[in-house]
Amino acid sequence: MKILVAIKRVVDHNVRIRVRPDGTGVETSGVRMSMNPFCKHAVEAAMQLSEAGHGDEIVIVSIGPKASNDVILTALAMGAHRGILIETDAELETLAIAKLLAKVVAEENPDIVLLGKQAVDDDSNHVGQMLAALTDRPQATFASEIKVVGQGIEVTREVDSGRETIAIPLPAIVTADLRLNTPRNAALPMVMKARSKPLAVRPVAEFGVDLTPRLTIEKVSPPAERAAGKSVASATELAAYIATEVSQMEAL
Amino acid sequence: MSVLVVADHDLGALSPATARVIHAVSELGPIDLLVIGQDIDAVAAEAARVAGVTRVLVAKGASSSDADASLIAALAEPYHYIVQSAGSVGKDRMPRVAAKLDLMPVTDVVKVLGPTRFERPIYAGNAVQTVSDGQARHVLTIRASAFRAAAGGNDAPIEVIENSAASAARLIAAHRTESDTPDLATAQIVVGGGVALGSAENFQLIEQLAKKLGAAIGATRAAVDAGYAPNDWQVGQTGKIIAPDLYIAIGISGALQHLAGIQGAKKIVAINADPEAPLVKLADLALIGDLFEIIPQLLVELDKAGLKRD
Repeated sequence: MKILVAIKRVVDHNVRIRVRPDGTGVETSGVRMSMNPFCKHAVEAAMQLSEAGHGDEIVIVSIGPKASNDVILTALAMGAHRGILIETDAELETLAIAKLLAKVVAEENPDIVLLGKQAVDDDSNHVGQMLAALTDRPQATFASEIKVVGQGIEVTREVDSGRETIAIPLPAIVTADLRLNTPRNAALPMVMKARSKPLAVRPVAEFGVDLTPRLTIEKVSPPAERAAGKSVASATELAAYIATEVSQMEAL
Repeated sequence: MSVLVVADHDLGALSPATARVIHAVSELGPIDLLVIGQDIDAVAAEAARVAGVTRVLVAKGASSSDADASLIAALAEPYHYIVQSAGSVGKDRMPRVAAKLDLMPVTDVVKVLGPTRFERPIYAGNAVQTVSDGQARHVLTIRASAFRAAAGGNDAPIEVIENSAASAARLIAAHRTESDTPDLATAQIVVGGGVALGSAENFQLIEQLAKKLGAAIGATRAAVDAGYAPNDWQVGQTGKIIAPDLYIAIGISGALQHLAGIQGAKKIVAINADPEAPLVKLADLALIGDLFEIIPQLLVELDKAGLKRD
């Protein structure tokens, strides 16, 4: 079985982000970048499927600037076999990303495509679902468990009412949620070895996809600030505050 | 300009999110409300009562990602807007619908600024994007908690439509969390507990307080991962986004990923042992101390104040 994992390089999730004063976006220069956490769960899931005998080859693909090589190397150090960087300095919309990935799926013909459920920068949560539409494959989003059963997979999904388990045939698209696994840290020898694994860098133009943005981002603003609060010394005062708040609510 | 809203429903009842979505898009045009699923007569009847709905369309059959997306895409032609709440179903279906229609969706909308301009949070709510969508048609998901609900009292006609969409997926099991507390995403009051509770048994203190206040129960990722609370109580970037009038956060320090889920809360009360905790700094009102002493006292004091909403 062949597994394709699509990953994204984003501002590290521990960095406190800063909105540019001119409203053009979030400051990303000089900021620590790393693999999107949900993508890391997707890579780990591919590794675990492979270790259980269900993945002969794990291919990593990322779309972004040259520096995205870093996150591909991280995935290769975790154990993936080879990488593809589709190089572009443009910030692409999720629809364009899904179209590029559909081209890669057509070339590679993987049995399972794994992605993170969303990237923690734009929080879109689109690409897996869009790729499933464009490749006409079944999808299992927000996965917290993946089991290979016969010719298909059973995926437990995190949904608003709890969890649900669905069975889908392969080939399929799966997006990873945080409880799917605990991603491994690559040992140093693996990090060294990753540098010798194949990594194809391909210009985005090669794929012949129309990348023109459909939406215009007029501006990016910081969220409204909260006024400083106060503290109380006893449960009695707290109860009085809550009672007041509740009575105002019911007046609505 | 006409709008197709896809209803959310669960266990034979219309989700409270749907009336909020209707209200959010009510300025955009006449609204048809699509209900997909099995045994949905009661849902359709409820849907018909939501103010602002012109027509309820009922598509009977099992609901699943691929089949729903095919059905919605096939119905999309006459509509300018295709809309669902940004709950787990809308998040799953709408990007698939958008790609089928070769449209770029605008998701997690928290403000409708005009027919083609929307606000949506990025970076877990640490920044807000103003987006203008110049496409001929618009696929939107709406963060229901950011909007008030449309009123009731309507009597829209109900039409059953043909649904021949097939799915490759088969539902094997649903693992539901049994709870008689209100829906987290739309609750007026939420009581949340963190890992400081120390055990699932102790977490019942949170449940007692929530019951007294008629509140929904929330939990941090750490509390869920420790097994103190079920995963669908999780509030944060990865769990539910809440926007109650009052959020009472107990023993929650305030990890970034939790704060991402509570930005929309109007008032925040924190009970915490650590006066330096980020959530205490963010709170409108804080009480510093041992939660195991404070909650029982608070339960008594709320009784004395004559407060009972359950």
